[in-house]
Amino acid sequence: MSAIAVEKLTKRFGKKQALAGIDLVMREGEMVALIGASGSGKSTLMRHIAGLERGDAGSTVRILGHIQQKDGRFGPNMRDLRGRTGVIFQQFNLVARLPVITNVLCGLLGRVSPWRGTFGLFNRAEKRAAIEALGRVGIPEVAWQRASTLSGGQQQRAAIARTLMQRSQILLADEPIASLDPASARRVMDVLADINRTEKITVLVSLHQVEYARVYCDRTIALRDGRVVYDGPSDALSDDFLTELYGAASEELVLPQRLPVKSGAAKAPRPSAPGARQGQDALVPA
Amino acid sequence: MGTTSETVASASAATPADRAANVNAGRDWSRSLWNGAILVGLIAALAISWGSAEMGRWTFLFTDSANMAEYASGFLRPDFSDWRFYLEEMIVTVEIAVWGTFLSLILSVPFGILCAHNMVPWWVLHPCRRLMDFFRAIHEVVWAVLFVVAVGLGPFAGVMALFIHNTGIMAKLFSEAVEAIDPRPVEGIRSTGATRMQEVVFGVVPQVMPLWVSYTLYRFETNVRTATILGVIGAGGIGQVLFESIRGFYYPQSSAILVIVVATVVLTDLLSQQLRRFVT
Repeated sequence: MSAIAVEKLTKRFGKKQALAGIDLVMREGEMVALIGASGSGKSTLMRHIAGLERGDAGSTVRILGHIQQKDGRFGPNMRDLRGRTGVIFQQFNLVARLPVITNVLCGLLGRVSPWRGTFGLFNRAEKRAAIEALGRVGIPEVAWQRASTLSGGQQQRAAIARTLMQRSQILLADEPIASLDPASARRVMDVLADINRTEKITVLVSLHQVEYARVYCDRTIALRDGRVVYDGPSDALSDDFLTELYGAASEELVLPQRLPVKSGAAKAPRPSAPGARQGQDALVPA
Repeated sequence: MGTTSETVASASAATPADRAANVNAGRDWSRSLWNGAILVGLIAALAISWGSAEMGRWTFLFTDSANMAEYASGFLRPDFSDWRFYLEEMIVTVEIAVWGTFLSLILSVPFGILCAHNMVPWWVLHPCRRLMDFFRAIHEVVWAVLFVVAVGLGPFAGVMALFIHNTGIMAKLFSEAVEAIDPRPVEGIRSTGATRMQEVVFGVVPQVMPLWVSYTLYRFETNVRTATILGVIGAGGIGQVLFESIRGFYYPQSSAILVIVVATVVLTDLLSQQLRRFVT
Protein backbone atom coordinates (compact mmCIF):
# COMPACT_ATOMS: atom_id res chain seq x y z
CA MET A 1 0.00 0.00 0.00
CA SER A 2 1.30 3.43 -0.86
CA ALA A 3 1.57 6.04 1.88
CA ILE A 4 0.70 8.91 -0.42
CA ALA A 5 -0.91 8.62 -3.84
CA VAL A 6 -1.69 11.80 -5.72
CA GLU A 7 -3.50 11.58 -9.05
CA LYS A 8 -4.05 14.38 -11.54
CA LEU A 9 -3.99 16.99 -8.80
CA THR A 10 -4.78 20.41 -10.21
CA LYS A 11 -5.38 23.65 -8.41
CA ARG A 12 -6.08 27.08 -9.79
CA PHE A 13 -5.99 30.22 -7.66
CA GLY A 14 -7.76 32.87 -9.70
CA LYS A 15 -5.69 33.20 -12.87
CA LYS A 16 -2.72 31.31 -11.55
CA GLN A 17 -2.49 27.60 -12.23
CA ALA A 18 -0.70 26.55 -9.04
CA LEU A 19 -0.75 22.82 -9.69
CA ALA A 20 -1.13 21.44 -13.19
CA GLY A 21 -1.80 17.72 -12.95
CA ILE A 22 0.50 16.27 -10.34
CA ASP A 23 0.91 12.50 -10.15
CA LEU A 24 3.06 11.05 -7.44
CA VAL A 25 3.28 7.94 -5.32
CA MET A 26 5.28 7.45 -2.15
CA ARG A 27 5.87 4.08 -0.58
CA GLU A 28 5.67 3.69 3.18
CA GLY A 29 8.94 4.43 4.94
CA GLU A 30 10.40 6.56 2.15
CA MET A 31 12.06 9.90 2.72
CA VAL A 32 11.60 12.06 -0.32
CA ALA A 33 12.67 15.61 -1.04
CA LEU A 34 10.42 17.98 -2.93
CA ILE A 35 12.37 20.76 -4.60
CA GLY A 36 11.52 23.69 -6.79
CA ALA A 37 11.98 27.43 -7.04
CA SER A 38 9.65 29.84 -5.23
CA GLY A 39 6.20 29.69 -6.75
CA SER A 40 6.72 26.25 -8.28
CA GLY A 41 3.86 24.80 -6.21
CA LYS A 42 5.77 22.99 -3.45
CA SER A 43 3.77 24.48 -0.61
CA THR A 44 0.46 24.13 -2.43
CA LEU A 45 1.13 20.47 -3.09
CA MET A 46 2.10 19.93 0.55
CA ARG A 47 -1.05 21.64 1.76
CA HIS A 48 -3.19 19.39 -0.42
CA ILE A 49 -1.50 16.24 0.84
CA ALA A 50 -1.94 17.55 4.39
CA GLY A 51 -5.66 17.99 3.81
CA LEU A 52 -5.57 21.75 4.38
CA GLU A 53 -6.57 22.64 0.83
CA ARG A 54 -8.89 21.11 -1.73
CA GLY A 55 -7.88 20.49 -5.33
CA ASP A 56 -10.01 21.18 -8.41
CA ALA A 57 -12.30 18.67 -10.08
CA GLY A 58 -10.54 15.54 -11.28
CA SER A 59 -7.96 15.55 -8.51
CA THR A 60 -7.55 12.65 -6.14
CA VAL A 61 -5.37 12.31 -3.06
CA ARG A 62 -5.12 8.98 -1.24
CA ILE A 63 -3.47 8.72 2.15
CA LEU A 64 -2.55 5.23 3.37
CA GLY A 65 -5.04 3.76 0.91
CA HIS A 66 -7.97 5.94 2.00
CA ILE A 67 -9.44 8.67 -0.14
CA GLN A 68 -8.55 11.95 1.54
CA GLN A 69 -10.00 14.14 -1.20
CA LYS A 70 -11.50 13.64 -4.61
CA ASP A 71 -12.89 16.22 -7.02
CA GLY A 72 -12.47 19.01 -4.48
CA ARG A 73 -14.32 17.22 -1.70
CA PHE A 74 -12.78 15.83 1.44
CA GLY A 75 -13.37 12.15 2.13
CA PRO A 76 -15.46 10.97 5.09
CA ASN A 77 -12.55 10.21 7.41
CA MET A 78 -10.77 13.46 6.68
CA ARG A 79 -10.01 14.35 10.28
CA ASP A 80 -8.66 10.89 11.00
CA LEU A 81 -6.34 11.14 7.99
CA ARG A 82 -5.18 14.58 9.06
CA GLY A 83 -4.32 13.03 12.40
CA ARG A 84 -2.26 10.36 10.67
CA THR A 85 -0.41 12.96 8.61
CA GLY A 86 1.83 15.18 10.70
CA VAL A 87 2.74 18.55 9.24
CA ILE A 88 5.73 20.72 9.97
CA PHE A 89 5.51 24.25 8.64
CA GLN A 90 8.11 26.78 7.61
CA GLN A 91 6.84 29.19 10.26
CA PHE A 92 6.44 26.38 12.85
CA ASN A 93 2.76 27.27 13.44
CA LEU A 94 2.95 26.81 17.19
CA VAL A 95 0.52 28.70 19.40
CA ALA A 96 2.91 31.33 20.73
CA ARG A 97 1.14 32.10 24.00
CA LEU A 98 0.73 28.49 25.11
CA PRO A 99 3.44 26.55 26.92
CA VAL A 100 5.50 24.25 24.72
CA ILE A 101 4.08 21.17 26.43
CA THR A 102 0.51 22.22 25.59
CA ASN A 103 1.54 22.74 21.99
CA VAL A 104 3.00 19.26 21.95
CA LEU A 105 -0.07 17.79 23.66
CA CYS A 106 -2.20 19.29 20.90
CA GLY A 107 -0.78 16.47 18.79
CA LEU A 108 -3.11 14.20 20.76
CA LEU A 109 -6.26 16.04 19.66
CA GLY A 110 -6.89 13.71 16.75
CA ARG A 111 -6.45 10.62 18.93
CA VAL A 112 -8.25 11.28 22.24
CA SER A 113 -11.99 11.69 22.71
CA PRO A 114 -13.24 15.09 21.47
CA TRP A 115 -14.48 16.10 24.92
CA ARG A 116 -11.24 15.37 26.68
CA GLY A 117 -9.31 17.12 23.94
CA THR A 118 -11.52 20.21 23.89
CA PHE A 119 -11.16 20.76 27.62
CA GLY A 120 -7.46 19.96 27.51
CA LEU A 121 -7.80 17.19 30.11
CA PHE A 122 -4.58 15.38 29.35
CA ASN A 123 -3.49 12.78 31.88
CA ARG A 124 -0.14 12.28 33.53
CA ALA A 125 1.00 9.55 31.15
CA GLU A 126 0.25 11.78 28.19
CA LYS A 127 2.15 14.68 29.71
CA ARG A 128 5.06 12.36 30.34
CA ALA A 129 4.89 11.24 26.72
CA ALA A 130 4.95 14.88 25.63
CA ILE A 131 8.11 15.53 27.65
CA GLU A 132 9.60 12.39 26.14
CA ALA A 133 8.75 13.62 22.66
CA LEU A 134 10.51 16.88 23.50
CA GLY A 135 13.45 14.83 24.75
CA ARG A 136 13.48 12.95 21.45
CA VAL A 137 14.06 16.22 19.59
CA GLY A 138 16.54 17.41 22.20
CA ILE A 139 14.66 20.15 24.07
CA PRO A 140 13.01 18.53 27.15
CA GLU A 141 13.95 21.47 29.37
CA VAL A 142 11.68 24.02 27.66
CA ALA A 143 8.42 22.13 28.30
CA TRP A 144 6.81 24.77 30.49
CA GLN A 145 8.10 27.83 28.66
CA ARG A 146 5.85 29.77 26.37
CA ALA A 147 6.43 28.73 22.77
CA SER A 148 7.16 32.36 21.87
CA THR A 149 10.27 32.35 24.08
CA LEU A 150 11.97 29.66 21.98
CA SER A 151 14.46 30.22 19.19
CA GLY A 152 13.46 29.32 15.63
CA GLY A 153 15.29 26.01 15.67
CA GLN A 154 13.78 25.09 19.04
CA GLN A 155 10.30 26.01 17.84
CA GLN A 156 10.70 23.81 14.79
CA ARG A 157 11.81 20.92 16.98
CA ALA A 158 8.83 21.51 19.28
CA ALA A 159 6.65 21.32 16.16
CA ILE A 160 8.28 18.00 15.29
CA ALA A 161 7.56 16.83 18.85
CA ARG A 162 3.91 17.70 18.23
CA THR A 163 3.83 15.40 15.21
CA LEU A 164 5.59 12.67 17.22
CA MET A 165 2.82 13.01 19.81
CA GLN A 166 0.39 12.65 16.96
CA ARG A 167 1.99 9.28 16.14
CA SER A 168 1.47 10.14 12.52
CA GLN A 169 2.53 7.59 9.91
CA ILE A 170 3.36 10.30 7.43
CA LEU A 171 5.32 13.46 8.08
CA LEU A 172 5.03 16.38 5.71
CA ALA A 173 7.65 19.04 6.25
CA ASP A 174 6.95 22.20 4.26
CA GLU A 175 10.21 24.13 4.00
CA PRO A 176 11.06 23.18 7.58
CA ILE A 177 14.48 24.80 7.46
CA ALA A 178 13.93 27.83 5.27
CA SER A 179 13.63 30.18 8.28
CA LEU A 180 16.53 28.68 10.22
CA ASP A 181 20.23 29.32 10.46
CA PRO A 182 22.46 26.58 8.98
CA ALA A 183 23.25 24.91 12.32
CA SER A 184 19.60 24.72 13.38
CA ALA A 185 18.63 23.64 9.89
CA ARG A 186 20.98 20.70 10.01
CA ARG A 187 19.76 19.67 13.45
CA VAL A 188 16.16 19.73 12.26
CA MET A 189 17.02 17.70 9.15
CA ASP A 190 18.94 15.21 11.31
CA VAL A 191 15.88 14.76 13.52
CA LEU A 192 13.67 14.21 10.48
CA ALA A 193 16.09 11.67 8.99
CA ASP A 194 16.32 9.90 12.34
CA ILE A 195 12.55 9.70 12.73
CA ASN A 196 12.29 8.31 9.22
CA ARG A 197 14.89 5.66 9.94
CA THR A 198 13.92 4.53 13.43
CA GLU A 199 10.13 5.00 13.45
CA LYS A 200 9.72 4.11 9.76
CA ILE A 201 7.63 7.22 9.25
CA THR A 202 7.21 8.28 5.65
CA VAL A 203 8.71 11.73 5.23
CA LEU A 204 8.09 14.20 2.44
CA VAL A 205 10.18 17.31 2.90
CA SER A 206 10.06 20.30 0.63
CA LEU A 207 13.33 22.13 0.34
CA HIS A 208 14.62 25.24 -1.20
CA GLN A 209 18.16 24.02 -1.34
CA VAL A 210 19.12 21.02 -3.39
CA GLU A 211 22.18 20.36 -1.24
CA TYR A 212 19.99 19.15 1.61
CA ALA A 213 18.00 16.90 -0.70
CA ARG A 214 21.21 15.27 -1.93
CA VAL A 215 22.45 14.61 1.57
CA TYR A 216 19.27 13.49 3.33
CA CYS A 217 16.99 11.94 0.72
CA ASP A 218 17.45 9.08 -1.73
CA ARG A 219 14.69 10.27 -3.96
CA THR A 220 13.88 13.78 -5.12
CA ILE A 221 10.82 15.13 -6.84
CA ALA A 222 11.30 18.42 -8.62
CA LEU A 223 8.48 20.79 -9.47
CA ARG A 224 8.31 23.59 -11.98
CA ASP A 225 5.20 25.66 -12.69
CA GLY A 226 3.00 23.17 -10.88
CA ARG A 227 4.30 20.12 -12.75
CA VAL A 228 6.59 17.27 -11.77
CA VAL A 229 9.65 17.71 -13.94
CA TYR A 230 11.87 15.18 -12.25
CA ASP A 231 11.23 12.18 -10.04
CA GLY A 232 14.17 9.93 -9.36
CA PRO A 233 17.34 9.39 -7.39
CA SER A 234 18.77 12.51 -5.78
CA ASP A 235 22.21 11.47 -7.04
CA ALA A 236 21.27 12.11 -10.60
CA LEU A 237 20.45 15.75 -9.87
CA SER A 238 23.68 17.34 -11.00
CA ASP A 239 24.07 21.08 -11.03
CA ASP A 240 24.01 21.00 -14.80
CA PHE A 241 20.75 19.10 -14.82
CA LEU A 242 19.23 21.61 -12.41
CA THR A 243 20.30 24.49 -14.59
CA GLU A 244 18.68 22.69 -17.49
CA LEU A 245 15.49 22.23 -15.47
CA TYR A 246 15.22 25.65 -13.97
CA GLY A 247 17.34 27.94 -16.10
CA ALA A 248 18.16 31.15 -14.29
CA ALA A 249 15.96 30.16 -11.33
CA SER A 250 18.35 27.32 -10.53
CA GLU A 251 20.78 29.74 -8.90
CA GLU A 252 18.35 30.04 -6.04
CA LEU A 253 18.36 26.26 -5.65
CA VAL A 254 22.01 25.43 -6.12
CA LEU A 255 24.06 28.34 -4.94
CA PRO A 256 23.79 27.84 -1.18
CA GLN A 257 27.05 26.75 0.34
CA ARG A 258 28.33 23.22 0.26
CA LEU A 259 26.93 21.49 3.29
CA PRO A 260 29.35 20.58 6.01
CA VAL A 261 27.31 17.63 7.28
CA LYS A 262 28.00 16.36 10.74
CA SER A 263 28.50 12.68 11.40
CA GLY A 264 25.98 10.38 13.01
CA ALA A 265 22.48 11.52 12.34
CA ALA A 266 22.80 12.13 8.63
CA LYS A 267 22.90 9.10 6.47
CA ALA A 268 26.23 7.76 5.25
CA PRO A 269 27.36 9.11 1.91
CA ARG A 270 26.59 7.01 -1.09
CA PRO A 271 29.78 5.68 -2.64
CA SER A 272 28.45 6.04 -6.18
CA ALA A 273 28.46 9.82 -6.03
CA PRO A 274 28.99 11.41 -9.43
CA GLY A 275 32.11 13.39 -9.99
CA ALA A 276 30.44 16.74 -9.60
CA ARG A 277 29.73 15.96 -5.97
CA GLN A 278 33.20 14.93 -4.87
CA GLY A 279 33.89 18.20 -3.15
CA GLN A 280 30.78 17.92 -1.07
CA ASP A 281 31.26 14.28 -0.20
CA ALA A 282 34.66 15.01 1.17
CA LEU A 283 32.91 16.96 3.90
CA VAL A 284 30.75 14.01 4.88
CA PRO A 285 32.73 11.77 7.19
CA ALA A 286 32.24 8.12 6.44
CA MET B 1 -3.26 51.45 -12.23
CA GLY B 2 -2.38 50.52 -15.79
CA THR B 3 -2.15 54.11 -16.96
CA THR B 4 -0.05 55.05 -13.97
CA SER B 5 2.56 52.41 -14.62
CA GLU B 6 2.69 53.36 -18.29
CA THR B 7 3.32 56.95 -17.34
CA VAL B 8 6.07 55.83 -15.01
CA ALA B 9 7.58 53.69 -17.74
CA SER B 10 7.66 56.57 -20.21
CA ALA B 11 9.02 58.90 -17.54
CA SER B 12 11.89 56.55 -16.80
CA ALA B 13 12.71 56.46 -20.51
CA ALA B 14 13.11 60.24 -20.48
CA THR B 15 16.35 61.93 -19.56
CA PRO B 16 16.85 63.10 -15.97
CA ALA B 17 16.42 66.72 -17.10
CA ASP B 18 13.03 65.95 -18.65
CA ARG B 19 11.91 64.24 -15.50
CA ALA B 20 12.87 67.17 -13.34
CA ALA B 21 10.97 69.52 -15.66
CA ASN B 22 7.76 67.51 -15.35
CA VAL B 23 7.50 66.75 -11.63
CA ASN B 24 3.94 65.51 -11.96
CA ALA B 25 4.79 62.64 -14.31
CA GLY B 26 3.27 59.48 -12.87
CA ARG B 27 1.25 61.29 -10.23
CA ASP B 28 -2.12 59.73 -9.45
CA TRP B 29 -4.51 62.66 -9.85
CA SER B 30 -7.62 60.68 -8.99
CA ARG B 31 -6.34 60.42 -5.43
CA SER B 32 -6.01 64.16 -5.02
CA LEU B 33 -9.48 64.64 -6.51
CA TRP B 34 -10.97 62.15 -4.06
CA ASN B 35 -9.37 63.87 -1.10
CA GLY B 36 -10.82 67.18 -2.28
CA ALA B 37 -14.29 65.69 -2.75
CA ILE B 38 -14.25 64.17 0.74
CA LEU B 39 -13.31 67.53 2.24
CA VAL B 40 -16.11 69.31 0.38
CA GLY B 41 -18.60 66.64 1.49
CA LEU B 42 -17.54 67.02 5.11
CA ILE B 43 -17.96 70.81 5.03
CA ALA B 44 -21.39 70.42 3.38
CA ALA B 45 -22.53 67.99 6.11
CA LEU B 46 -21.49 70.45 8.82
CA ALA B 47 -23.25 73.35 7.08
CA ILE B 48 -26.51 71.44 6.57
CA SER B 49 -26.56 70.33 10.23
CA TRP B 50 -25.96 73.82 11.59
CA GLY B 51 -29.60 74.94 11.58
CA SER B 52 -31.22 71.72 12.86
CA ALA B 53 -28.74 71.40 15.68
CA GLU B 54 -29.51 75.00 16.67
CA MET B 55 -25.84 75.84 16.60
CA GLY B 56 -26.87 79.50 16.32
CA ARG B 57 -27.56 79.56 20.06
CA TRP B 58 -23.85 79.38 20.90
CA THR B 59 -23.92 83.05 21.92
CA PHE B 60 -26.05 82.19 24.97
CA LEU B 61 -23.06 80.35 26.40
CA PHE B 62 -21.61 83.79 27.02
CA THR B 63 -24.60 86.12 27.41
CA ASP B 64 -26.38 83.84 29.90
CA SER B 65 -23.32 82.41 31.61
CA ALA B 66 -24.45 84.02 34.87
CA ASN B 67 -27.39 81.56 35.05
CA MET B 68 -25.01 78.64 34.74
CA ALA B 69 -22.78 80.01 37.44
CA GLU B 70 -25.72 80.45 39.78
CA TYR B 71 -26.93 76.90 39.16
CA ALA B 72 -23.46 75.47 39.63
CA SER B 73 -22.94 77.37 42.86
CA GLY B 74 -25.65 75.19 44.41
CA PHE B 75 -23.28 72.23 43.94
CA LEU B 76 -20.32 73.88 45.61
CA ARG B 77 -21.07 72.68 49.17
CA PRO B 78 -21.70 68.91 48.95
CA ASP B 79 -23.73 67.44 51.82
CA PHE B 80 -22.42 64.00 52.79
CA SER B 81 -24.72 63.48 55.82
CA ASP B 82 -26.47 60.58 54.05
CA TRP B 83 -23.26 59.01 52.66
CA ARG B 84 -24.04 55.51 53.92
CA PHE B 85 -27.20 55.43 51.87
CA TYR B 86 -25.45 56.83 48.81
CA LEU B 87 -22.68 54.27 49.13
CA GLU B 88 -25.17 51.40 49.40
CA GLU B 89 -26.93 52.59 46.27
CA MET B 90 -23.62 53.09 44.51
CA ILE B 91 -22.75 49.47 45.30
CA VAL B 92 -26.10 48.37 43.85
CA THR B 93 -25.18 50.21 40.65
CA VAL B 94 -21.79 48.50 40.49
CA GLU B 95 -23.49 45.16 41.09
CA ILE B 96 -25.86 45.82 38.19
CA ALA B 97 -22.79 46.47 36.03
CA VAL B 98 -21.06 43.31 37.30
CA TRP B 99 -23.96 41.07 36.36
CA GLY B 100 -24.71 42.86 33.11
CA THR B 101 -21.09 42.53 32.01
CA PHE B 102 -20.81 38.92 33.15
CA LEU B 103 -23.92 37.76 31.30
CA SER B 104 -22.89 39.55 28.12
CA LEU B 105 -19.40 38.07 28.40
CA ILE B 106 -20.89 34.58 28.37
CA LEU B 107 -22.78 35.30 25.15
CA SER B 108 -20.03 37.38 23.55
CA VAL B 109 -17.53 34.53 23.48
CA PRO B 110 -19.56 32.30 21.12
CA PHE B 111 -20.93 35.26 19.17
CA GLY B 112 -17.44 36.75 18.91
CA ILE B 113 -16.41 33.59 17.04
CA LEU B 114 -19.63 33.36 15.01
CA CYS B 115 -19.32 37.00 13.89
CA ALA B 116 -15.74 36.61 12.60
CA HIS B 117 -15.47 36.14 8.84
CA ASN B 118 -12.42 33.91 9.12
CA MET B 119 -14.24 31.43 11.34
CA VAL B 120 -17.67 30.73 9.85
CA PRO B 121 -19.38 30.61 6.43
CA TRP B 122 -21.38 33.66 5.33
CA TRP B 123 -24.75 32.11 6.11
CA VAL B 124 -23.77 31.94 9.78
CA LEU B 125 -21.81 35.17 9.77
CA HIS B 126 -24.52 37.49 8.48
CA PRO B 127 -27.45 36.41 10.67
CA CYS B 128 -25.20 36.57 13.75
CA ARG B 129 -23.82 39.96 12.82
CA ARG B 130 -27.29 41.40 12.13
CA LEU B 131 -28.51 40.09 15.49
CA MET B 132 -25.59 41.78 17.23
CA ASP B 133 -26.24 44.98 15.23
CA PHE B 134 -29.80 44.86 16.52
CA PHE B 135 -28.67 44.41 20.13
CA ARG B 136 -26.24 47.27 19.75
CA ALA B 137 -28.41 49.66 17.77
CA ILE B 138 -30.93 50.01 20.58
CA HIS B 139 -29.61 52.05 23.46
CA GLU B 140 -29.40 50.67 27.00
CA VAL B 141 -31.97 53.21 28.15
CA VAL B 142 -34.48 51.94 25.59
CA TRP B 143 -33.78 48.33 26.52
CA ALA B 144 -34.21 49.26 30.17
CA VAL B 145 -37.62 50.84 29.48
CA LEU B 146 -38.66 47.64 27.68
CA PHE B 147 -37.45 45.44 30.52
CA VAL B 148 -39.07 47.63 33.15
CA VAL B 149 -42.35 46.79 31.44
CA ALA B 150 -41.50 43.08 31.49
CA VAL B 151 -39.82 42.52 34.87
CA GLY B 152 -40.89 45.64 36.76
CA LEU B 153 -38.95 48.59 38.15
CA GLY B 154 -35.63 47.81 39.77
CA PRO B 155 -32.06 46.67 39.27
CA PHE B 156 -32.92 43.49 37.32
CA ALA B 157 -34.29 45.55 34.44
CA GLY B 158 -30.96 47.39 34.45
CA VAL B 159 -28.99 44.15 34.38
CA MET B 160 -30.98 42.92 31.39
CA ALA B 161 -30.58 46.20 29.54
CA LEU B 162 -26.80 46.19 30.03
CA PHE B 163 -26.66 42.48 29.15
CA ILE B 164 -28.36 42.85 25.79
CA HIS B 165 -26.77 46.07 24.58
CA ASN B 166 -23.33 45.14 25.84
CA THR B 167 -23.47 41.73 24.15
CA GLY B 168 -23.89 43.52 20.85
CA ILE B 169 -20.83 45.65 21.50
CA MET B 170 -18.59 43.00 23.02
CA ALA B 171 -19.37 40.39 20.36
CA LYS B 172 -18.35 42.98 17.77
CA LEU B 173 -15.11 43.83 19.56
CA PHE B 174 -14.35 40.15 20.19
CA SER B 175 -14.96 39.22 16.56
CA GLU B 176 -12.62 41.97 15.39
CA ALA B 177 -9.92 40.49 17.59
CA VAL B 178 -10.63 37.05 16.11
CA GLU B 179 -10.42 38.42 12.58
CA ALA B 180 -6.96 39.80 13.31
CA ILE B 181 -5.43 36.51 14.47
CA ASP B 182 -2.52 34.76 12.84
CA PRO B 183 -4.08 31.85 10.91
CA ARG B 184 -0.94 29.73 10.95
CA PRO B 185 -1.15 28.38 14.51
CA VAL B 186 -4.79 27.47 13.82
CA GLU B 187 -3.63 25.47 10.82
CA GLY B 188 -1.01 23.85 13.00
CA ILE B 189 -3.79 22.66 15.30
CA ARG B 190 -5.99 21.63 12.36
CA SER B 191 -3.19 19.49 10.92
CA THR B 192 -3.24 17.30 14.05
CA GLY B 193 -6.77 16.15 13.20
CA ALA B 194 -8.46 18.45 15.73
CA THR B 195 -12.17 19.30 15.57
CA ARG B 196 -13.37 22.82 14.67
CA MET B 197 -14.14 23.42 18.33
CA GLN B 198 -10.61 22.38 19.29
CA GLU B 199 -9.15 24.66 16.64
CA VAL B 200 -10.94 27.54 18.37
CA VAL B 201 -10.00 26.47 21.90
CA PHE B 202 -6.31 25.85 21.22
CA GLY B 203 -5.61 27.98 18.17
CA VAL B 204 -7.83 31.06 18.44
CA VAL B 205 -8.61 31.70 22.11
CA PRO B 206 -4.99 31.84 23.32
CA GLN B 207 -4.27 34.43 20.63
CA VAL B 208 -7.19 36.73 21.40
CA MET B 209 -7.19 36.31 25.20
CA PRO B 210 -5.30 39.55 26.06
CA LEU B 211 -7.59 41.64 23.85
CA TRP B 212 -10.73 39.94 25.09
CA VAL B 213 -9.80 40.56 28.71
CA SER B 214 -8.92 44.14 27.96
CA TYR B 215 -12.20 44.75 26.12
CA THR B 216 -14.22 43.16 28.93
CA LEU B 217 -12.62 45.36 31.57
CA TYR B 218 -13.14 48.43 29.43
CA ARG B 219 -16.80 47.54 28.91
CA PHE B 220 -17.19 46.99 32.66
CA GLU B 221 -16.01 50.54 33.29
CA THR B 222 -18.44 51.83 30.71
CA ASN B 223 -21.23 49.73 32.19
CA VAL B 224 -20.69 51.22 35.65
CA ARG B 225 -21.29 54.66 34.15
CA THR B 226 -24.27 53.46 32.13
CA ALA B 227 -25.81 51.69 35.13
CA THR B 228 -25.84 55.07 36.88
CA ILE B 229 -27.89 56.54 34.04
CA LEU B 230 -30.22 53.54 34.02
CA GLY B 231 -31.16 54.42 37.62
CA VAL B 232 -32.68 57.61 36.26
CA ILE B 233 -35.33 55.67 34.36
CA GLY B 234 -36.16 53.44 37.32
CA ALA B 235 -33.56 50.67 37.28
CA GLY B 236 -32.52 51.42 40.86
CA GLY B 237 -29.10 52.20 42.24
CA ILE B 238 -27.39 55.54 42.70
CA GLY B 239 -28.83 56.98 39.49
CA GLN B 240 -32.33 56.90 40.84
CA VAL B 241 -31.25 58.71 44.02
CA LEU B 242 -29.33 61.27 42.00
CA PHE B 243 -32.22 61.97 39.68
CA GLU B 244 -34.68 62.38 42.55
CA SER B 245 -32.42 64.78 44.45
CA ILE B 246 -31.80 66.92 41.34
CA ARG B 247 -35.53 67.07 40.65
CA GLY B 248 -36.12 68.09 44.26
CA PHE B 249 -33.55 70.91 43.99
CA TYR B 250 -31.38 69.26 46.69
CA TYR B 251 -28.16 70.51 45.11
CA PRO B 252 -25.76 69.86 48.02
CA GLN B 253 -26.97 66.24 48.20
CA SER B 254 -26.77 65.86 44.42
CA SER B 255 -23.26 67.20 44.57
CA ALA B 256 -22.25 64.59 47.17
CA ILE B 257 -23.73 61.83 45.02
CA LEU B 258 -21.81 63.06 41.97
CA VAL B 259 -18.58 63.02 43.97
CA ILE B 260 -19.25 59.39 44.93
CA VAL B 261 -20.04 58.44 41.31
CA VAL B 262 -16.87 60.07 40.01
CA ALA B 263 -14.79 58.41 42.73
CA THR B 264 -16.25 55.02 41.86
CA VAL B 265 -15.56 55.43 38.14
CA VAL B 266 -11.98 56.47 38.89
CA LEU B 267 -11.58 53.43 41.16
CA THR B 268 -12.90 51.03 38.52
CA ASP B 269 -10.54 52.54 36.01
CA LEU B 270 -7.54 52.11 38.31
CA LEU B 271 -8.58 48.55 39.17
CA SER B 272 -9.03 47.47 35.56
CA GLN B 273 -5.69 49.02 34.65
CA GLN B 274 -4.03 46.85 37.28
CA LEU B 275 -5.90 43.74 36.11
CA ARG B 276 -4.98 44.38 32.48
CA ARG B 277 -1.33 44.36 33.42
CA PHE B 278 -1.63 40.69 34.39
CA VAL B 279 -2.71 39.60 30.94
CA THR B 280 0.01 40.07 28.36
